[in-house]
Amino acid sequence: MAAVVADRIETLLRSAFPDAGELRVEDRTGGGDHFQVTVASPRFDGLSLLDQHRLVNEALAEPLRDGTIHELRIKTRGTAT
Amino acid sequence: MSELQDKIKDVIENEPVALFMKGTPQFVMCGNSDRALRALREAGAPVTAVDILPDPAIRAELSELSGWPTIPQVFVKGELVGGADITEELGESGELAAMLEERLGADYRDGAEEHVVDVLSGARA
Repeated sequence: MAAVVADRIETLLRSAFPDAGELRVEDRTGGGDHFQVTVASPRFDGLSLLDQHRLVNEALAEPLRDGTIHELRIKTRGTAT
Repeated sequence: MSELQDKIKDVIENEPVALFMKGTPQFVMCGNSDRALRALREAGAPVTAVDILPDPAIRAELSELSGWPTIPQVFVKGELVGGADITEELGESGELAAMLEERLGADYRDGAEEHVVDVLSGARA
């Protein structure tokens, strides 16, 4: 069950950030509702941290709204050096 | 706009630093709310906290206003800073203190007190 949710999150993030260099979904507690996601994408270049996190929240709007994700930690970065 | 939404808006717009959290600074009910509170305290911010747990409507109305889906939410001078991850990251990099100084003035740490506002009754402690 937990792995199913992680897969769903990863699928949603992959479709929102097809060019992500790094994309990781970790189930922090093994319970399938506390997640840490890490995304590195050129889409974040030049955006504030707030706007970067907004894009991730938007990609995961459905599981956030329906309560599938109880807690979400986000780590984002652009690809510009 | 509902009366509750008015009260939430009032806190966001009129408190220098507003933290919408699960629990209160004295009795934090969630790890992420705790992370945001710690980052704000470390930066010396004058935190005004609102507990969203007493009524699910608080969270619903807040997210409608801010467009941010999760709790906690931190606002400085009426502007959304972000949730726990952003507040923590900005705290670690020193950007949080710089932002507080820029928006609240260089002496923002002086006499910084913590307050709690009950948006259901309007009481402020």
